[in-house]
Amino acid sequence: MGEIWTTYGFPGVIIVAQILAVTVPLLIAVAYMVYAERKVLAMMQLRQGPNLVGPWGLLQSFADALKMIGKEMIIPAGANRVVFIFAPVLTMVLALVAWAVIPFDLGWVIADINVGILYLFAISSLGVYGIIMAGWASNSKYAFLGSLRSAAQMVSYEVSIGLVIITVLLCVGSLNLTDIIVAQSGAGGFWGWFFVPLFPMFVIFFISALAETNRAPFDLPEGESELVGGFHTEYSGMTFGLFFLGEYANMILMSAMTTVLFLGGWLPPLEMAPFTWIPGPVWFVLKIAFCLFVFIWVRATLPRYRYDQLMRLGWKVFLPFSLIWVVLTAGVLVAFGWLPD
Amino acid sequence: MSNPLLIEYLPIIIFLAIAVGIASAMLIASLLVAKQNPDSEKLSAYECGFEPFADARSKFDVRFYLVAILFIIFDLEVAFLFPWAVALGDIGMFGFWSMMIFLGILTIGFIYEWKKGALEWE
Amino acid sequence: MLLTGIAFYIFAAVLVAAAVMVISAKNPVHSVLYLIVCFFNAAGLFVLMGAEFVAMILVIVYVGAVAVLFLFVVMMLDINFQELRQGFLQYLPIGGLIGLVLAIELLLIVGTWVIAPETSAVAAAPSPAIDAVTNTEALGRIMYTQYVYAFQASGLILLVAMIGAIVLTLRSREGVRKQSITQQVQRKREEVLAVRKVPTRGGV
Repeated sequence: MGEIWTTYGFPGVIIVAQILAVTVPLLIAVAYMVYAERKVLAMMQLRQGPNLVGPWGLLQSFADALKMIGKEMIIPAGANRVVFIFAPVLTMVLALVAWAVIPFDLGWVIADINVGILYLFAISSLGVYGIIMAGWASNSKYAFLGSLRSAAQMVSYEVSIGLVIITVLLCVGSLNLTDIIVAQSGAGGFWGWFFVPLFPMFVIFFISALAETNRAPFDLPEGESELVGGFHTEYSGMTFGLFFLGEYANMILMSAMTTVLFLGGWLPPLEMAPFTWIPGPVWFVLKIAFCLFVFIWVRATLPRYRYDQLMRLGWKVFLPFSLIWVVLTAGVLVAFGWLPD
Repeated sequence: MSNPLLIEYLPIIIFLAIAVGIASAMLIASLLVAKQNPDSEKLSAYECGFEPFADARSKFDVRFYLVAILFIIFDLEVAFLFPWAVALGDIGMFGFWSMMIFLGILTIGFIYEWKKGALEWE
Repeated sequence: MLLTGIAFYIFAAVLVAAAVMVISAKNPVHSVLYLIVCFFNAAGLFVLMGAEFVAMILVIVYVGAVAVLFLFVVMMLDINFQELRQGFLQYLPIGGLIGLVLAIELLLIVGTWVIAPETSAVAAAPSPAIDAVTNTEALGRIMYTQYVYAFQASGLILLVAMIGAIVLTLRSREGVRKQSITQQVQRKREEVLAVRKVPTRGGV
């Protein structure tokens, strides 16, 4: 019995503790992301934003969460019950499990697998299922059409995300996320981060991330003027809440991916005294927060795209451009012999 | 569990279980706390105030199908690029040009679909 | 080793059970969803064998792309599958016979399978040990050089698939207004705008 405990039990407890140490802050971060979005949008539109629940409205998200739990869960009569319930659960689970491979500092990672970036790419390609299943199971016209649109939108932008990841991998020579960040530390400052040499790819990746998370200006699935609520028209109470949480958790995940791929992860912007005092995970969180701010900023600034424009941008602009950039990057690396190892 | 490769995958399985646990705990908490009081109007599908004329799951534009198929093809192309990007340092010029020919073939297809207007959305 | 064994039997059992559900589910959309469960468990089995790259590609390509297409097709068909199943019992004898013949043929093929001794010389040199090089890199080292013809052939197959899909599905609808970006950009002020002096009470 004692042997089983030391070989299986004890490591198991450590793993569970690590996982909770990531998930619980993540869920709190989601709550404050919602608060921050409302507050920042309010400031950009010269409004107050939430300011009644708690000091400066800081407890607003928790009040919303409590309200959401207290709401009735309506499952439409024509709906396919199992799939209807499973869709939001799937969205939420995918947004959480992706964090298993994100490195917060050198060695601070739950599952240090060799194919980390492929794992993230696989998880993000599964996100489309939550939406298709929700739209199909609802048995409502708006939900069905909304889910079709959003599925087509997500797959269109996934291709350019894949090609952008390839350009980064060409510079790294490994699929491991820790290796990707370590490869950016060479120059000893922010000019070693990949957003400098691959700046156009950085922009494409960020815009595709907006489309992938169905955020403004690509929030057509929720285009209320034409499709009511899109794929979650029929969802209410906590089933809607899970979609909502999943969407915001996905935004944080996409920001983390941007940070890992282009903004040097936990590395400080300059290898000098005041910057190196701050521990790596703090830099990591700060960079994520910056990306999230840009997410909100874009929402406050840009009007919604029209659907044909959105597909045109994905297939006719981003896809050829990122393909050319893959060839260009590879060509330059091969020609000058700059390839890793 | 002697293989170090597999040990790295164990946390993912545990993470999956915990994530499913968290998500379903939220749903169950809501079911326990909230008062469920369904009636037939509440349970009918949203349709701007009138009864739905037909089943919502209708035929839709074939273009969505075309997008899905083009996505598969480009996704496979990206899948072929992954090992190439990682191993480009070892396979040298031959590997580089081999991939260029592959991409060239697919670019022909891409130009074809562009000229045919398959990428246009109306 | 104990955990790997348990994991193998769980993955394998779920895989087989889900595969049975794929062909026995009443609703075709449910069949596709069970198929996705199958792919996942197959990916788990690949990971247990140490083939992590193949496992991830299985999820990315089959679950992330191919099954999406299946779902689209199944949702688009709009066929009443209840009606289709009406004649199931009627066709069972002949269907069963064909299935049996196919099964015997497969057994014959597998039973008489002989690998030519020359092939071992043609095959790529065995890759280094699994902890020396990741299997993504091991694949990359041989796929584009040693197996270049097979690789180019797969490129051609993808090209054929792309053209085939367009030929089969593309049709242009009449009377749809499209946006032409080049036309919009090339519009000149002189062509579309005329400033006129309108005389009082004269009109244009």
